[in-house]
Formats: sequence, C-alpha cells, structure tokens
Amino acid sequence: MISFKLNDKNVKVDAPASSPLLFVLANDLGVNGVKYGCGRSQCGSCTVLVDGEPVRSCATQVSAIAGRSVTTPEGLMVNGKPSKLQQAFIDEQAAQCGFCAAGMIMQAQALLDRNPNPSDSEVRTALNGNLCRCGVHNRVVRAVLRAAKEG
Amino acid sequence: MDDRMSLDRRGFLKGAGYVALSFAIPAEAIAQAPAGDKPRLPGSMETVRNISAWIRINEDKTVTLLVGKVELGQGILTAVAQICADELDVDIARVKIISGDTALTPNEGVTAGSFSMPMCAPAVRQASAEARKIMLDLASVKLGRPADSMSVKDGVITAQGGGSLSYWDLSVGKALEREATGQVKPKPASEHRYVGKSVPRLDIPAKMTGQEIFVHEMRPKGLLYGQVVRPPTYRAKLAALDAAAVEKMPGVVKVVRNGSFVGVIAQREEQANAAAKALSDAAKWDVEKGLPGTDGMQEWLLATKPARVIETRNTPRKDGPAAVKTVEAAYYRPYHMHASIGTSAAIATLGADGVTTIQTHSQSVFETSRAIAQMLGVEPAKVRCQHVQGSGCYGHNMADDAAADAALLAQAMPGRPVRLQYTREGEHRWEPYGSAMLIKAKAGLDKDGNVLDWDLDIYSTPHGTRPGGQPGNLLSARYLEKPFTLPTPQNNGAPNYAADRNGIALYDFPGHKVLTHFITEMPLRVSSTRGLGAYGNVFAIESFIDELARAANVDPVEYRLRFLKDERARDAVQKAADAFGWTKWQKREGRGRGIGFARYKNTAGYCAVAMEVEVNRRNGRVRVVRAVASADSGHLVNPDGVINQIEGGLIQSLSWSLKEEVKFDDTRVTSEDWASYPILTFSEVPPIEVVLINRPGAPFLGTGEASQGPTGAALANAVHDATGVRFRRLPLTPERVRAGLSA
Repeated sequence: MISFKLNDKNVKVDAPASSPLLFVLANDLGVNGVKYGCGRSQCGSCTVLVDGEPVRSCATQVSAIAGRSVTTPEGLMVNGKPSKLQQAFIDEQAAQCGFCAAGMIMQAQALLDRNPNPSDSEVRTALNGNLCRCGVHNRVVRAVLRAAKEG
Repeated sequence: MDDRMSLDRRGFLKGAGYVALSFAIPAEAIAQAPAGDKPRLPGSMETVRNISAWIRINEDKTVTLLVGKVELGQGILTAVAQICADELDVDIARVKIISGDTALTPNEGVTAGSFSMPMCAPAVRQASAEARKIMLDLASVKLGRPADSMSVKDGVITAQGGGSLSYWDLSVGKALEREATGQVKPKPASEHRYVGKSVPRLDIPAKMTGQEIFVHEMRPKGLLYGQVVRPPTYRAKLAALDAAAVEKMPGVVKVVRNGSFVGVIAQREEQANAAAKALSDAAKWDVEKGLPGTDGMQEWLLATKPARVIETRNTPRKDGPAAVKTVEAAYYRPYHMHASIGTSAAIATLGADGVTTIQTHSQSVFETSRAIAQMLGVEPAKVRCQHVQGSGCYGHNMADDAAADAALLAQAMPGRPVRLQYTREGEHRWEPYGSAMLIKAKAGLDKDGNVLDWDLDIYSTPHGTRPGGQPGNLLSARYLEKPFTLPTPQNNGAPNYAADRNGIALYDFPGHKVLTHFITEMPLRVSSTRGLGAYGNVFAIESFIDELARAANVDPVEYRLRFLKDERARDAVQKAADAFGWTKWQKREGRGRGIGFARYKNTAGYCAVAMEVEVNRRNGRVRVVRAVASADSGHLVNPDGVINQIEGGLIQSLSWSLKEEVKFDDTRVTSEDWASYPILTFSEVPPIEVVLINRPGAPFLGTGEASQGPTGAALANAVHDATGVRFRRLPLTPERVRAGLSA
C-alpha cells in the first residue's frame, strides 16, 4: 500500500511500487485530468503538481510520491467550480481537442504560483515542454495572462 | 453553465428523457436512397430523409439531435447545436447531441474533408425547421388558431389573440417520423439568436476540469488493458515467439497470437506495456529491406512507374503568340505525421449476444465497424462502434487501428472490456503518414512576364487508405494468420480529388494543364492527412507564382490579382494584404514578407495568409514575426470557431513547414518520438490575426483545412524575400536554410 495526498484527500493504493504515477492516478484513482501522451517526459500531457512542483507523472514512480501531495485539475476546482485559471482557459476558448489542456493548466498553475505576473514570453518559456498539435498556443498564453491579471 | 447542456452520450443515456424514446430503430433502416421524384433535401438529409432520424423532442424539456458527424475538436457539435436552437426557437442548453453511433445516428460517412458544415449543418437546419413547423401545426389544431399566427420562445408556443402551449406538452413522438418535405424555409440571418455568434464550445469546460470526456478515460467495470507488438519493419513476418516467460509476468492475463499479430492483455496498463515490450524482445522476425530512405524519396517518386497518369486538367491555349520565355521549378514536401498528442485508444467488449461494442475516436465509425466485422468474420450487425472523443486527429491517424486491435483482443476475453492505448513509438512509427509529393511546375510567359501556359506535374503516393469497409486497411488485419491484403488505393476524382487536391490553380491562365502521376506503391504507410494533396500543391503553385511575379518585377499581390477572376478570391487576397499592411511595409535587413492563397478544394473556404519572417543568416533559423490570415467560409455560424480553425491550421502548417519530416532508413521509420520528430513549441508560435469575411445567407463552407496550403507557401515566399534564396524543399530547417544561404 502506498499512501499520499491527492487533491487534499488522503489516498491509499495497492499498486506495484514501480508503476508510473500516471497510470495509478488514471486507472486506480479515477483521475481524468492526467493523460498519457508519450511516456518519455516529452509532451507534458501528464503533468501534475507534486508538493506544488510540476512533475511528469508518466516518468515518476508511484513509490516516489509516498507521503507527498499530488494536485491534478480536479483539485484546482473551488467549491465545484472552475478555478480562475481554468475559467480563463474556458473564457479564452483555449482548446480544440483539449487533450493537452489539463497538463498545460497544471504547468501554468506552477508558473503562476511562483510568478503571479508573468510576461508573454515567460508564459511561453514555461510552457515550451507542453506540446499542442491543434495550434491553440496563443489562446493558452492569453488564458494564463488573463488569470494572472484577475489574480 | 446550465447542467442540461450536455454532449455526453453516456450522461444523456442515464438521463430521464431516454426511456420515453425508441432509439432501437437502426439509422440505416430509415435511410433511403435519393429517389428521382422526391424533393432534393439539404446536405446529408438527401440520403437520411426522415426528420426523426435527426431530431427528437423529449418529455424532459430537452431536444436530442442525432448526427453522423463527430467532434474532433473542431467544434462541429457546438455549431450544429446553435443551428438547431435557432431553427427550433429553444435555449441552446436544451439541445443534447448523440453523434457517430452506428446503432443510433444517421450514417453521414466519414467526418473529413471539411464536409461537416456543408453536409451536416444544412441537414440539422432543415430537420429542425421542419420539426418546428410540425409542432406549430399540432399546436394549431389543439389551440384552434392558425399556425402562422404563432410565435415560439424557448419551446413555448403562443398564438396571437390568446392560447399557449409548449413543445413539451405536445406528444410529438410519431409526428416527426416522416420524410422532410424540403418546403420549410429556414430562418433569415436577421432572426438568428445563436448562429453568427461566438457561442462558447459546449465541450470545453469538461476538458479543463477533469470530467470524463475522452475514450482514454472510460473505465467500465472489469476493465482489462491491452497492448500490441509491432514487427520491426512493415513487411516482417513472425518467425518464432516463445511467450512462456511473458505469460508468467505480473498481471499478464493472456498473450494473443494470430499469425504475425501479437498482443497481450493484462490487469494493469503498465503491465500490458511491459509485457508487450518483453514480447517484442522475445520475438524473432524475418525482416525485409528496400525503403528508399528520407533523402532518396524525391528520386524514388520520379523513378517509380505510376499506376496511372491522370489528366487532372487539360485546357490548352487555343491561340495567341508563342511564349517568349519558359520557367521551370520543382517543389518537394516530405512525409508528415498526424502526430496526435494523445496516442490512439479504444475500448472493445464482446458481449454475450455476440456483439462487439467498441468505443472509438474514429472519424468513420460506420465504415470502420464494417471493416472490423469482416476482419473478425462476423455479420456487420455484430460490431457496433460508438464515437467518443479522442486527441485531435487531423485526418486518418491510428484511431481505426486501435478500434480494430481492441476488438481483436476483446475476442480473447468474452464479457470483459479491453482498453488499449498505443505507446508513443507505436503511434509515431506506424501511423499512416501524409504522403510525400514532388511537384514540377512550368510556365510559358509573354514579354511582360504574364503566364500564357501553366503546367503542373504532381508525383505522389496515395492520400487515402481509410478503412472504407475493407479490413485490409486496418493495420493488424494484414498480419493475421489469414491476412487481409491492403486494397490498392484510388485517387478520388473531381470535385474533391486527392493527390491532385488543389492541383488546379484558381488562377485564370490562358493554357492550363495538370498531370497527376499517381503511384500506388507505398514505401511508407500513408493516408489522409489534413488537406491531402492540397498542402503540397498549394505550396508549389503559390511559390511558383511568387517566383514568376518577382521575375516580372511585379508585386506578388498585384501579380496574383491579374489572374484571379473569382471576386471572393480577390477579396480574400486583398483583405489579408490590407490587414498585414502590405503596401506600407518597409523592408529591413534580414526580414521578409510573403503571401499565399487558396480556396480549399476550389469549392470550400477561401483563405489567404501573409506573414513576416526574420532569417538569421549565421545559423539558418527562421523566426516568424507575425502572420495574418483572411477567411471566407460563407455564412459564419460560429466566428470564433472559424478563427480557431484558421489559426490552428496555420500553426500546424508552420510546424510542418519549418520542422517536420518523417525520417526513415532502408528498413524502418526512425522518427519514433517527439525528440526525433519535433513540432512547433510555444516560443516559436507567432502572433496571428484572423480577418473574417462573412457572407450572410451564402452556403456554409468547410474551414478546417483552409489555411494549411497558403501557410507553407507564404513562409517560403517570405524567406525568399528576406534572403533572396528560393527554398523549394520543405521543411525549412535551420540546417537546410543555412546550407541554402551558403550555396
């Protein structure tokens, strides 16, 4: 059994220690806001926060997060409503297929936690490890800047 | 947002209104072939003519729209919900949608080719308008007032001079079970509440907040995880496999072997992946050689005998003076990947009734389900495909292969759902790529440099190997013990074409000839990729016309307008140029500007792209400073949706044109991940402005593929403007540009 905090709740899972955190979250704990994209830390679709830091869950063994705190998009919600950042993504219509969006939201959240007023280029640099194929990059940047502006 | 606003089929089926309805009528039983004496109905309604096949009025005060086109992230379901809500006079929150279910919805074929707006949207509009009329007629009888005295607000019908009832009070049910008349006129634009407005996409909130919406997230009870093992090369045969050790690996439930097809089912996803890797290591294969390799491909295209040489156009100039000068150039686009961010996935379950039900993000649920049934050797009705959203596909990626593989594995575990999601390497190396193309252009010019004779020779492997009801198009079906062979692909003719899509320039040249050298041999697996041949052909046409303009010392915008007679085309070019600030643009060291134009398929949306680049002569890096696009998609239903498509297509095309090329050696594809096949990143994406041209009342024109072609050409033209060097081979990587500048 491995115990950790998921979105502020204590959870215990019975999974092999070497299992990728990604599959434990998605398949054992029913988390939707985490996606397999590459399994090689190259695309960012699986990004979650571990103790506030962005981590690629596809390349993190679940045993490594025992006793730590994991946040996914589900955990950003406030009283069942989208957070400011999530709402900004909705308001800017920052998606086409939306498969990469969850990972981008987590990466952007980590940026805003560290730097509440990033510039356009700081947002882009922070998101360079998150790939998007539909081409909504500029909408995503606008969403992050909007969330920052609205504090 | 109102919680009634739902695109989730599963959520809907759980909803209260469902029990009152009969969804058991197979859509194909309702579909009729168009008959000679019947009225022509709009879009897909021509073949699926019953109103109730498209729309249902529910007791729970909702409306169910049933459509055969599916959501690929392009926003189609939001657009048709807007249209339905307007025609029916209901709040859009009441509209629920079921899409792409072989057992429930109209068969609208494949969701591709920018056909959803021209085919599905008019059908939804007509079905909704006719349903409204039927309900007014019913209300007229009940209220004893004439139907034309009635108005409707959010489903509540009010008769002039008193009397009111709602759609939900009328027992509409059977009244919609009849053919549309084609006589009911849709509303004029002035009466639209939703159409023409940027209504927010209905599926976006779920995607931002971690609600279940993708097939990758479905977790039915008893779920098992599958993975497949691919051979090292396309035509390798499995010589030997000792699976004993793998069968003992943790969590492994079953190793499935059928000829050279090998798959595994496990309790956990990572266990399935690990077992597949171990099987791959244990398998011995007979491997073939003989691919032309990345740098041998142009020569291969010219040297290989085409299956057909197609006269795509041949209208020679009848008279006039001989050309005083002839100019020639050849252009090349390499293989591209669809490169979906999420690898393809599917869930399949073999039920006790012998029906295999598959949740899939296929673009072609109807045809894919037929192909899978044949592969499995069962009746078509024994396979049901339901569309559930996946990662953006941009054409025929591996969605259908995943559906087929899940179905193959599910046969080994009756009663248990099996989910499969490919590995990144499995998708990168095995997806059907966008075809490499070589295009030779030749122009005969008059003394002022104007085109007299225009010749294009297109050399390409196929652009379409979609399932099409044929199992040989499903990857794994070719490796089974009784293998299905890949059918010889065809090249679609007019008006859509394939390799020669957009091969005919929209310019009015006195003489115009286009030959398509259609090669059916396929060194690499290929199929429909956003735009098909249009990307390569528009790159060639728009680069070449730029070369001719510069040779004639005429401004490239002015030169294009000389030969462009279509008013909407002229408008698109002019508006992009104006928004860019073409005439007042000042040349600076290292900077250049370029423009490209096409009307997608010469029948869909018009788009012109202008951009400014900066080229670093030292390292060959091209930075796109800014881009402007104009778009005319006819009557705009959702302006922001069109902007999103044009902008997204522009960025994707920039990625293709600056960075992408599938690499392969003499045996195998070596682009196996995002490091070996990089795509555009946030810092490389320029600011983009999209100028919309609305044509109220005009037909809806497809938009999703309109900006791919013009973008590649605008880039190459801008790089030429900046450097004086013409690049005719894509992509414009720093290495290639540096080499070109020092040549």
